Parts: sequence; structure tokens; C-alpha cells
Amino acid sequence: MTDVLPHDAAATGPLAHTLSQERNAGGEGARSVGDGSMPAAAAAAPPGRFIAEFLESRVAAAALVILVLLVSVAVAAPWITPQNPYDLGSLDILDGRQPPGATATAGFTMLLGSDGLGRDLYSAIAYGLRISLFVGVASGLVALLIGMCAGLFAAFAGGRTESVIMRVVDLQLSFPAILIALMLVAVLGKGAGKIMLALVAVQWAYYARTVRASALVEKRKDYVEAARGLALGPVRIMLRHILPNCLAPLIVVGTVQTAHAIALEATLSFLGVGMPQTEPSLGVLIANGFEYMLSGRYWISFFPGIALLITIVSINLVGDQLRDALNPRLRR
Amino acid sequence: MTAFLIRRLMQAGVVVLVMSLIVFLGVNVVGNPVDILVSPEADQAERARVIREFGLDQPVWQQYLLFLKGIAQGDFGRSFIHGEPALRLILQRLPATVELAFAALLMAIVLGIPLGLYAGVRPESRTSKAIMAGSILGFSLPTFWVGLMLIMVFAVGLGWLPSTGRGATANILGFTTSLVTADGLAHILLPALNLALLKISLVVRLTYAGAREASQQDHIKFARAKGLSEGRIVGVHLLKNILIPVITVLGLEFGNLLAFSVVTETIFAWPGIGKLLIDSILLLDRPVVVAYLIIIVLMFLVINFAVDVLYSALDPRVRLRDMGS
Repeated sequence: MTDVLPHDAAATGPLAHTLSQERNAGGEGARSVGDGSMPAAAAAAPPGRFIAEFLESRVAAAALVILVLLVSVAVAAPWITPQNPYDLGSLDILDGRQPPGATATAGFTMLLGSDGLGRDLYSAIAYGLRISLFVGVASGLVALLIGMCAGLFAAFAGGRTESVIMRVVDLQLSFPAILIALMLVAVLGKGAGKIMLALVAVQWAYYARTVRASALVEKRKDYVEAARGLALGPVRIMLRHILPNCLAPLIVVGTVQTAHAIALEATLSFLGVGMPQTEPSLGVLIANGFEYMLSGRYWISFFPGIALLITIVSINLVGDQLRDALNPRLRR
Repeated sequence: MTAFLIRRLMQAGVVVLVMSLIVFLGVNVVGNPVDILVSPEADQAERARVIREFGLDQPVWQQYLLFLKGIAQGDFGRSFIHGEPALRLILQRLPATVELAFAALLMAIVLGIPLGLYAGVRPESRTSKAIMAGSILGFSLPTFWVGLMLIMVFAVGLGWLPSTGRGATANILGFTTSLVTADGLAHILLPALNLALLKISLVVRLTYAGAREASQQDHIKFARAKGLSEGRIVGVHLLKNILIPVITVLGLEFGNLLAFSVVTETIFAWPGIGKLLIDSILLLDRPVVVAYLIIIVLMFLVINFAVDVLYSALDPRVRLRDMGS
């Protein structure tokens, strides 16, 4: 199941659709193929052992360190950058399009050069990273909440409700994420809030499917029967008993989805239908540099791109290792 | 099976209807196209004339009904910007997109299968590990950034290939294509590679997984015991087993390529429907946006439907029936 890298924006389209069909045709709706989720009832290991297992892969450990560093840069951006790229007063148009290492009029060295407006690229990237990460994580969390509720509800309600919810999920997953996002952007228009709304709408279905798949397995287990025997309410059983056991696959999907949300936002911004110029995420910075690229000023697009790339790859690597560490089947 | 087909078709019809409603209403709430259509200096009479001509003076629901009626007759309305029927505009550019997607698909097969096969047959070698690591990278790299880098290296840095536009086209069997002229091939190489990258990674991983699984099977062991050459074992016996799933997935991915071409076309200024969509969104050219979305949804439903049927034909273990109910 881990052989084909799951959850890439491209492979989750009709492929996942067909696989889910196959799965459903098999009668047991529980085993989820190809969507990166895994049997529930993982994460039973004590935290110490889990951390040790995670750090087994040096690549994943390095990715985690880089990720923590990137988040720190994003959070601490105002204190560790020489310039506030939003403060138009501090920008000097004469500093525009300087190569990496040039000195700005204000006296500091522009390590990564400057863009067309005279913004120090290093500062712009730190601030852009902030926006990209925020948009990705925030939309991911909202989608997780919605998808989790929908998936749990579907698994628990069963019958017609379940089939309606899952029909919508399957239908949505049969279209590529970028198409749905473009559709929503065309309908909703531009703006930070609308982009996040589009990202939430794109992502919730993945979470819903993951949660439902593991909730269906958990539902049949004895402890749920016992809880029913104690006459606990269905909401309580769902949230306090079943949900905690579905968290492991949810965490994995959440990590990978966040990387996707960040990439998708950057793509939309690059196309000019994403974040506005006043809140330049990494995608906007890359788009701004595009026009200078043909004249050989590569750094304006190149460095924000590298930042985006490192972010996405490290999140993916961490997610991959999380899946292995949380999966009891791979435990030796 | 028949019941399944009928229900699926009905479901598809409902999807298209709902989608058209959402898209039409949504698109018509955003922005005021009159501001774009009419120059600011135009007088009131000119404004009124344009508004009437495009039916913008009627209530939205009436516009929708007119629009539905139009669709039934193959009329998606006129583009505000180009003044041409939206459908014709899209059909004009569709060949360029299909050609690009087709070239990308070809690239994915030609590059992906041999690489995946090699890695699958010799999983321990250094080259194989590099191939597999590369395929992970291929999944993580954002398409648009790869496109930029391709332009940077091959067009700006080395100056080998052109960076924008579609080259010279020629007419072959009624199709206009750039795949037969040298100039056209030079132009399509970079965008096709850009679009293909994700698919190459996918094919590599699928082939790798398939080859590893198949090489454990008895008939391969038997072929080895029989003393067949390695080339024949891999090229004939192994490949045959892997090909069906790979081809099926690639068929599914074709629709995906059409959708992703939006990104590639914008970067390489490829005159296809993806670029048309982005331009139309930015210019608030409603009829074209709506027409594009509905046509692409229709195309997807057709592709998904065809693949579902095909899949059950190829693999009898998959039984088509309504899920969940």
C-alpha cells in the first residue's frame, strides 16, 4: 500500500475513485487502498518508543529539524529580517532587481538579492513563508474538523445518510483538486479568505474518507459494544471512544494534506487567482519573479521556489515517516 | 450491470445540472462585466445597448434558464472579450491542449516504464535507489516551479529550446498538430516534460511495485529455471503482467493531465483551453469560464465512466454495482 506514493494531487483523482469502488465492491468498506490511510488501532505505542521509531530514519529526522527551523523563521520573521517588506516606506525602488549579496541603500546586505520593487528577497521569503504556512495549516485544520465530523457521522449513521455523504466524497475525489479549486476561485473570486475556503472545500473529502474508513473498523470492536452496554450516548461513544482510535491515520493524512494545501495555494497564487499582491505568499513572489526570469534575473523566482520546495518536501518526508512509525503492520 | 449504467448516467446528469447552477450563479454574482465591456467614456445609450445585447438586464434566474436552453442547443453564450461564441473559442483551443496532454502521456510511458522496470528488477542497485528517490521528488515538486526551472535552464541558460508559444503546425489527416514539424516539436518538448513529470513519477512507482511483485511469482521463476535470457524474461513475461494496471491508471490520468494543463499552459504561454480559462477568470469573461467548467466536468464524467466500465472489463474481480446502498 505504500508502494505507490499515496495522496499526490494527481494520483488521488480517478485512481482513488476506482480503488474506492473496488473496495466497496469487495463488501468490506473498511480497508482503504491508496489514500495513505491505514488500519486504525495504531498509536498504541508509548510516546518514547514512537519517537525512537520516528527518528530511525535519518532523512525523516533531518526533515523534521528543517521543518522546525522553517516554522521558526516564519514565526520570528519580524525580528530576524532586516526589512519589513509590507512597509512601503522602507522600500527603495533603486534597490530593485539587485543580485544576491548586493548592499541595500539602507545599509544591510541583501543576501538573496531583491525583487522588482526593491524588496529584500530574504525578508520577503520569511514573510511569505509565514503566509503560506498559515494558509496551509489553517485551512487544513478547518478541513480536518469538517471532514472528521462528516466521516464519523457517516460511519455511525450508516444507511442512507452514509451513502449520501460518501457519494459526495467520492464524486469530489474523482475530480483533481486543482480543478475544484479553480472552479471555486472562479465562483468566489480572489482574496485570502476565499482561497482558504477553496482549500477547505478541496481537502475535507480526504479527511472524511479516512475517518470513515477507520471508524467503520473500530465500530465493530468489543470496546464499543461494551460502551453501548453501559448505555453511553452515541455522541459520547463517537467522540470519546472511537475518535481517539482513528487519530493515527488522520495525523498522517493531515501532514500530507498540509503539504498539498501549501502547494495548491502557491499554484493558484502563481496563476494570479490566489493570494493578493498585498499579502504575498511564496507563490505570489515566484509569480512576480517570472517576468524577470527571461532577462536572466533568476533569483527573484528561484529563491522563493527553493523555500517552497524545501517546505513541501520536508513535510512530505515527515508524513511518510509518521505513516511508517504509526503503522503496526510495519513494526518489527 | 445495465441498472448500474443507467443509474450512473442519471447521476451524471444531476451532477452536471447542479454544477452548472452553482457555477453560473456564482460567476454571475462576482464583478460587473459591464465595466469591462464598455469603455469608461461611453455614454449611457451605449452602456444600455451593450447590457441588452448580452442579456445582462434580465434577472439572474432568467439568465440561467436562457443559459440552460442555450446549452441544450450547444450555445454557451458569447465571450464578452472576444465577441465569439464561447463554445467555438474553447473548441478552437482544445486541440492544442489535447496534443499537449497526449505528448505528456507518451513521455510518461516512454520514460516511466523503463525506469520503473529497471528499478524493480534491480531494487538494490544505486541507480534504482536514485530513480526511486527522484520519483519522490517528482511528486513533491510543484508543477509550476518545475516549469520555471525548465525555462531557466533550457531556454534562458542554455538557449536550446524556445520558452513560449506553440511552434509551426501542420495539417495531418484533418488534425492540426505541431508534433510533425521540427519547430513544433521543439516548442512542445518543455511544456510536455513539465506536464509529464508527475505522471512519470507515478508510472515509475507503479511499474516498480508491479515488477517487484511479479518477479516473485511462479511463472517468472519457471522462466528463469527454463534458462530464458534476462531480457526476454523482463521484456516479455514481466512486462505483460505489469502493463494492464499501468495502462489503466494512465487512462484515468488523462483527464488529470487536461486539468493540470492549466498550470503548464500559463507558464509556457501554450494557446490551449487552460490558458483561456485563467485569462477569462482574470478578465471576468463569464460565458467562457462557465462554458469551460461545464465542458471539463462533462469530459471528466465521461472519462471516469469509461474507465469504470473498462476496469471491470479488464479485471473481472471488480464488479460494478452501486456502492453504499
